Amino acid sequence: MKILICISHVPDTTSKINFTEENTKFDTNGVQFVINPNDEFGLTRAMWFKEKQGATVDVVNVGGPETEPTLRKALAIGADAAIRVNTAAVDGFQVAKQLANVAKDGNYDLIIAGRESIDYNGGMVPGMLAGLLKANFVNTVVGLEIEGDTATVVREIDGGKETLKAKLPLIIGGQKGLVEEKDLRIPNMRGIMMARKKPMNVVEPIEAKTETNSVKFEKPAPRGATKMIDPDNLDELINLLHNDAKVI
Amino acid sequence: MSILIYTESEGGKFKKDALQIASYASEIAKKMETEVTAIAFNVTDVSELGTYGVSKVLNVSNEKLKNFNAEAYADSIAQAAKKEGAKVVVIDQTANAKFLAPLLAVHLEAGYASNVVALPESTDPFTVKRTAFTNKAFNFTTIDTEVKLIGLSKNTFPMKEQPTEINSEAFEPSLSDGDFSVNVQSVDKASDKVSIADAEIVVSGGRGLKGPENWGMIEELAEVLGAATACSKPVSDMGWRPHSEHVGQTGKPVASNLYIAIGISGAIQHLAGINAAKTKVVINNDPEAPFFKAADYGVVGDAFEVVPKLIEKLKEFKANNA
Repeated sequence: MKILICISHVPDTTSKINFTEENTKFDTNGVQFVINPNDEFGLTRAMWFKEKQGATVDVVNVGGPETEPTLRKALAIGADAAIRVNTAAVDGFQVAKQLANVAKDGNYDLIIAGRESIDYNGGMVPGMLAGLLKANFVNTVVGLEIEGDTATVVREIDGGKETLKAKLPLIIGGQKGLVEEKDLRIPNMRGIMMARKKPMNVVEPIEAKTETNSVKFEKPAPRGATKMIDPDNLDELINLLHNDAKVI
Repeated sequence: MSILIYTESEGGKFKKDALQIASYASEIAKKMETEVTAIAFNVTDVSELGTYGVSKVLNVSNEKLKNFNAEAYADSIAQAAKKEGAKVVVIDQTANAKFLAPLLAVHLEAGYASNVVALPESTDPFTVKRTAFTNKAFNFTTIDTEVKLIGLSKNTFPMKEQPTEINSEAFEPSLSDGDFSVNVQSVDKASDKVSIADAEIVVSGGRGLKGPENWGMIEELAEVLGAATACSKPVSDMGWRPHSEHVGQTGKPVASNLYIAIGISGAIQHLAGINAAKTKVVINNDPEAPFFKAADYGVVGDAFEVVPKLIEKLKEFKANNA
């Protein structure tokens, strides 16, 4: 079984979000970049398939050389080879096009990308990749088993879960639940040493148009002051929720 | 040309999300001097859409589409959009809509903007405002393709009555076996409980509650308010509550009208996930808890004293306002 994990290089979840160049660019100053958490759950699930079912696991990212440390981390966690498509990620469609180009030559049985990146939250790359490759697709996946050429997939729906069956090749949008938080792996020294010798294949991009373009960013308006309520005067809280906020 | 909306329904009735996007699309239609067409799946009475400005419904009645199927639905919506010559397609952002959106975008060669929170800033260029960085910022994005696909965030645009004469016509999309290659085997959904996604009110508990045995009062408070229950990340990581209740950056987003956080300190990742809630109440015994800075109303006090009292007071309130 050949697995491809699509990795997005994103600011750490604790990062302060600021913008530069008249609010048109994300300010990377002092920001630590990590594997997108939704992708990392998929990568960790892939390690299970590697260890239990002999899968080989490639990781891919669309981005400049500055994203290589993130790919190296994926190699240190246990992926076999990395592919970097050497172009800036501009929008979801352009990224999906580049990934589709990598995937079509790779004969992958399973491709996992996070349900969304935690920076742009587009939520479109895995689905568009499936659409472009005409492969089966399941989104917001919280459980995945593979037997022969068939996958059993558990998907989170609003208010519950559903179980689906699909033939490989399959593309999934992954998230927490694919593995648990405690199953995530921190690279050890041996992994880090080995990662240095693993292939980092840089491929040049194909021509791909963008469909959307970011114009500018804006930070939410500062909040008003918090109204503090005495715990012995909860009637006031109920009154405010009813008459001012009008939510009860 | 018209604006097409995909209206979600459950048990033959339109979801609130469907009426919100109908209201939203009607506003865009006025600006662009066109009309709103809806596609609906297996809904017998579609007249409700007329109340919110829809003038035409393509009504799909097909046993094979009784249950949601992302590819088959995306294919059907794409065919409807092409038939109508729709230049703008609007969907909501339920789990199902987010699932089919990128497939639909590929079918239509449409640029897709998800998590949109307002009417377009302009229609030429077509610029929309959406959330990014998990609600920590807004991003203005142009959609540069001929057909535009907009995903309107939950609970961001109010339902607005604008009674319109509505025509319904049967629509039969042409579907192939390929549309049904991913099949649902079973669904596990609590029918008696309101989901976090659909809830008007969410009551959420954190580590301050000390253990899973103390969740009785959270559930009771939720019951009194008709709310969904949720929890912080550490609580789900420790297995006190199921993962499906975890709200925050890597969990579920909350966009309810009211969010009540009990014993949650308010880590940045948690706040990101619940930022879209309209009104936030925080109950915590630590006055320094960062969550107080992000709240509309704060109560500094012991949850084990405050919550039972609040339940009693709310029961009284409900009895007097029934």
